Amino acid sequence: MAKVPPELRYSKEHEWVKVAGGTALIGITDYAQEELGDVVYLDLPKVGARLAQFQKMGEIESVKAVSDLFSPLSGEVSAANQAAIDNPELLNKDPYGEGWLVKATGFDRKELDNLLTAAAYESFLAGLAH
Amino acid sequence: MFVTPLNPLHRAAGARMVEFAGWEMPVYCTGIVAEHRAVRRQAGIFDVSHMGRLELTGPQALGLLQWLFTTDIAALRDDQGQYTVLCHLAGGILDDCVLYRRDEGRFLLVCNASNRPKLLSWTGGWQRRYPGARLADQTRGSAMIAVQGPAAPGLVADVLGPGLLALPRFHLGQGFFQGKPVLAARTGYTGEDGFELVCDSAQAPALWQDLVARGATPCGLGARDTLRLEAALHLYGNDMDESRDPFSAGLGRLVHLDKGPFLGRDALVRLQAQGPAERLVGLRMLGREIARHGYLILDGGRRAGVVTSGSHAPWLECNIALGYVESRLAEPGTRLQIDVRGRRAEAVVVPRPFYRRGAPGGHSRPEETTQRES
Repeated sequence: MAKVPPELRYSKEHEWVKVAGGTALIGITDYAQEELGDVVYLDLPKVGARLAQFQKMGEIESVKAVSDLFSPLSGEVSAANQAAIDNPELLNKDPYGEGWLVKATGFDRKELDNLLTAAAYESFLAGLAH
Repeated sequence: MFVTPLNPLHRAAGARMVEFAGWEMPVYCTGIVAEHRAVRRQAGIFDVSHMGRLELTGPQALGLLQWLFTTDIAALRDDQGQYTVLCHLAGGILDDCVLYRRDEGRFLLVCNASNRPKLLSWTGGWQRRYPGARLADQTRGSAMIAVQGPAAPGLVADVLGPGLLALPRFHLGQGFFQGKPVLAARTGYTGEDGFELVCDSAQAPALWQDLVARGATPCGLGARDTLRLEAALHLYGNDMDESRDPFSAGLGRLVHLDKGPFLGRDALVRLQAQGPAERLVGLRMLGREIARHGYLILDGGRRAGVVTSGSHAPWLECNIALGYVESRLAEPGTRLQIDVRGRRAEAVVVPRPFYRRGAPGGHSRPEETTQRES
């Protein structure tokens, strides 16, 4: 089963958010990396770029196919993970750690209410299984 | 949806299953990249039971096949096979197949799963002119297993008999598993040495498990696709279809115009004289973008062709593609651009294949962390 850490918030597009002070750390979930398979290319927004909640922020490509990345929050990009751009397999190895995507600042905490708790995301995943 | 005799084994191993040409097939078991590298380094095992297996028998079987296919089938000896295509009257490719002669009145045709219904009706239609030829679809009653990679011949010989080691490429032999005969062809779709085995459905699970226990890595259709692309082997439906002729597709060597009359010959004579307007080429991406099936190929902003297959190449560690371009742009070294979802990505035409077994540097890759081994 895909790992769903309890302390994070989730989007139905399979991104996660971890808020620490004024910074939100954003990545893709374990379920997402399993579904994608081997990740080989990442296109991430640049530092300073504006993010809009649930809007496209970049692209992720596995050996099989390309998918859009959606931002789980609005805000401004304060960092993009160059290590993940250089070594996209980090997203498969450690999606909640070294394989993070971007950091954002200037976000509205109320938008967190539009995201799923870990329990709700787990139920959402259970609904996707058939 | 059809399932192969190995379906329960794939499910038990946790393989990711997809629908392909009406069959439920594994796309990967552990991961495409790990499976791809296992085949290049050692050996992988693939369920290819979905491939069509048609038997043509009778005194007019050869005549029917000579009429349908562009190659000279009469040149085959017993237990020899050849890669071939068949074309419609305008010269477009209906399918690419491997055709084996078992004896003078018995042939085995291995075709694409997606084209099996078409081939059955096409061949069945022309068969009326050859009443001494009989056609039987053996696909559902048997299993087909590909074992590919530098260690594959040794593994197959250990299980089915050492005599198979001496079998030349594109030849058929017979091995035995648990006392029952298994057909073994020295062929594959990966760019590696290896075998494709045909056995009874009932035998298939035990044969698969024995080969896996000896070190063959279970692989899915995902790695099969990336392996064949590195070897620049065509995928029907992507790199050729009924709108492409063998000359455009780089398969002119399969058109034997001097063998006598055959379907599409008049059109192919004309097409050869004209020369193809577009040609299939190999492309290597110069940046990190990956070209995919259907992306446009540009020459200085002008449309110059289309990508038919494209992927990250897990062994070569670069991004490669096949596509059709205007013939004047088909020379290796030509710089082109590919429209990757609105971005212009630079690419260069390179010789095919991208990967050649045993070529200098073909196996030399940077050191890397240990992959999971079976």
